[in-house]
Amino acid sequence: MSTLLSGWFQRDVFAAPLFAADATRSYTFLFVTITFMIYLYIGWRSRVRETESFYVAGHGVPAIANGAATAADWMSAASFIGMAGSISFLGYDGSIYLMGWTGGYVLLALLLAPYLRKFGKYTVPDFVGERYYSETARIVAAVCAVFVSMTYVAGQMRGVGIVFARFLEVPIWQGVVLGMFIVAFFAVLGGMKGITWTQVAQYFVLILAFLIPAVALSRVLTGNPVPQIGLTFSDITQKLNMLQVDLGFHEYTEPFANKSRLDVLCITFALMVGTAGLPHVIVRFYTTPSVRAARWSAFWALLFIAALYTTAPALAVFARYNLINTLHNAKVERIEEVTSADGITRNIYHLSHTNKAGKTEPIDWAESWQRTGLITFDDKNGNDTIQLTNQNGAFAEAKIDKDIIVLSTPEVAKLAPWVIALVATGGLAAALSTAAGLLLVISSSIAHDLYIHFIDPHASEPKRLLVGRIMICAALVVAGYFGVNPPGFVAEVVAFAFGLAAASFFPIIFLGIFDLRTNREGAICGMIAGLAFTAIYIIGNKSVQLLGTETPLMSTWCFGISPEGIGAIGCMVNFGVTLLVSRLTPPPPQHVLELVESVRVPKGSHEPEAHFDETDAEADNP
Amino acid sequence: MPEPDSAPNENAPENPGATSRSSAYWRSNLRLIGVLLFFWALVSFGFGILLAPALNAFKVGSLPMGFWWAQQGSIYVFVVLIFIYAWRMDKLDRKHGVNE
Repeated sequence: MSTLLSGWFQRDVFAAPLFAADATRSYTFLFVTITFMIYLYIGWRSRVRETESFYVAGHGVPAIANGAATAADWMSAASFIGMAGSISFLGYDGSIYLMGWTGGYVLLALLLAPYLRKFGKYTVPDFVGERYYSETARIVAAVCAVFVSMTYVAGQMRGVGIVFARFLEVPIWQGVVLGMFIVAFFAVLGGMKGITWTQVAQYFVLILAFLIPAVALSRVLTGNPVPQIGLTFSDITQKLNMLQVDLGFHEYTEPFANKSRLDVLCITFALMVGTAGLPHVIVRFYTTPSVRAARWSAFWALLFIAALYTTAPALAVFARYNLINTLHNAKVERIEEVTSADGITRNIYHLSHTNKAGKTEPIDWAESWQRTGLITFDDKNGNDTIQLTNQNGAFAEAKIDKDIIVLSTPEVAKLAPWVIALVATGGLAAALSTAAGLLLVISSSIAHDLYIHFIDPHASEPKRLLVGRIMICAALVVAGYFGVNPPGFVAEVVAFAFGLAAASFFPIIFLGIFDLRTNREGAICGMIAGLAFTAIYIIGNKSVQLLGTETPLMSTWCFGISPEGIGAIGCMVNFGVTLLVSRLTPPPPQHVLELVESVRVPKGSHEPEAHFDETDAEADNP
Repeated sequence: MPEPDSAPNENAPENPGATSRSSAYWRSNLRLIGVLLFFWALVSFGFGILLAPALNAFKVGSLPMGFWWAQQGSIYVFVVLIFIYAWRMDKLDRKHGVNE
């Protein structure tokens, strides 16, 4: 997923001077204003006075609402904008994202969510600290949670800034600051409660914004408005396969053309387990009223996510077919040299093609995207037509950035300007909702797990709330800074987040519930072994980007598995070490066994003993 | 089935009597999880990845079957699996008297 996000972070995705730009800008302004008013209103209505509301929305979110909130929380700017484009370029091998980022919810629903809800505290480090009767484990978990969430949130703020900058034409830093204020308003006032209800609204904005262009394109290309049905039952994929072969590419549906079978297997597994282990996803299941509601909300969450994730592969096929059909053998009318505001001179190709009715028409959208540098043409053989034949695995005379696939769809399909504005609003909703959820994890890890627990365990209720709010603000400022000045390696680090979650959190939470014999020594050794293995492999393989070395310090020595997939092996290492060390060291104490027995049974998730007692962990720690 | 001593042990699970009750419940839960995870792995790692080249000889609609499982079918099955789990567990909770 590092490649998936890279374009989103680093390039001006939205820089297109869209045709009908004025209408688009007015609509964008209108939609963004309306949706922001809604978010602010919800934030104001959901303001809270207690820590329990602040961190877990008072355990009062109905299953279906929590499902929608989880879906918005999970689907970030990358899911919304980058994923369909990546699949479009990877063909079958893009399945890693589709199966990886949905299959994790099965693990979450069956293996983690109900039990963590029964445990009933505020954070993932809470569980790790208590189940393994160790303050060291709590600190390691809290630091991991902050690191994972911070790498994510920087990208979201950047996304917010870019949407503002390009569609409303304000500088990126102003866009980031405006986004920060919006998030701060509902996150600081309402904590998890405000975030939850805003995310519910944001889910509906983003799913509409994704589906409307997909439905329109599906109708044009397959005659069926439902993209999933259009993809499965029309002959569009066969036509695309033929086009691909004609141009010298592999068939679109051919497995393992870009990645080996083992690598596809490992990346899919790492993304699944990583998804189930990500703290901002897990913590959403603490907010439901009961264990039963936690199970059902996992169902709703995946159903809502599936609406986008089954549409994305259809959109990927439609967009690629449309792109090749329109651009291959397009006639070069004239080439214009344009110097943009940032001083880059580009050759803008004015192209035309012959449409179905036999008429010659200009390809307007290609011109506007060329100005952003996200599409470039080069008529290498000088025959005044553009060939998209295979040259070293890429199009011979065109370079097309995968990030424009979703964003350019409304223009390619000649949809109205308001649809383009809707897509911008949807991108904002995706980025803002994910950012808010991540900020809460960062705040709760620092304020609740580290500050209150270790420094001021006897803090009064208002003080706890105040510390939580201050931490959200602090995290937001740091995130905003990285949004304006993105470090070059952010995209690389996101691969890290999944590997880290897969190799650290998932195994020890799972074993903490399902294996009574797993003890403190096993969990700490397992976490350290899994983390160290995964981190060293990723850093070694990506040292060019992360450390600035000339060549990678390490080859993919582990059966050729890529850094994206190594979390799968790291997860196994963690499992193996934890199980082995646990059996060689003394079993966990009686009260921990009772804790495990208690989380296995739904009954009593509201009883007082399920509530937080700060002195417990300290007293039991030898 | 509900254990005979379920009534006096409302304060489960600190109560030792609760262990036997919850373990029958727990075994049923584990069995259900095992079955569902088998199908989870079958549709994704099995049909979607390892068997995809072989299944591509067949069709779903007009799509090669391995490709369909990887990009459509597996996701539908995931949704259904979680539905079955939530639904069966509701029944199991009630049967063992551990529902809320």
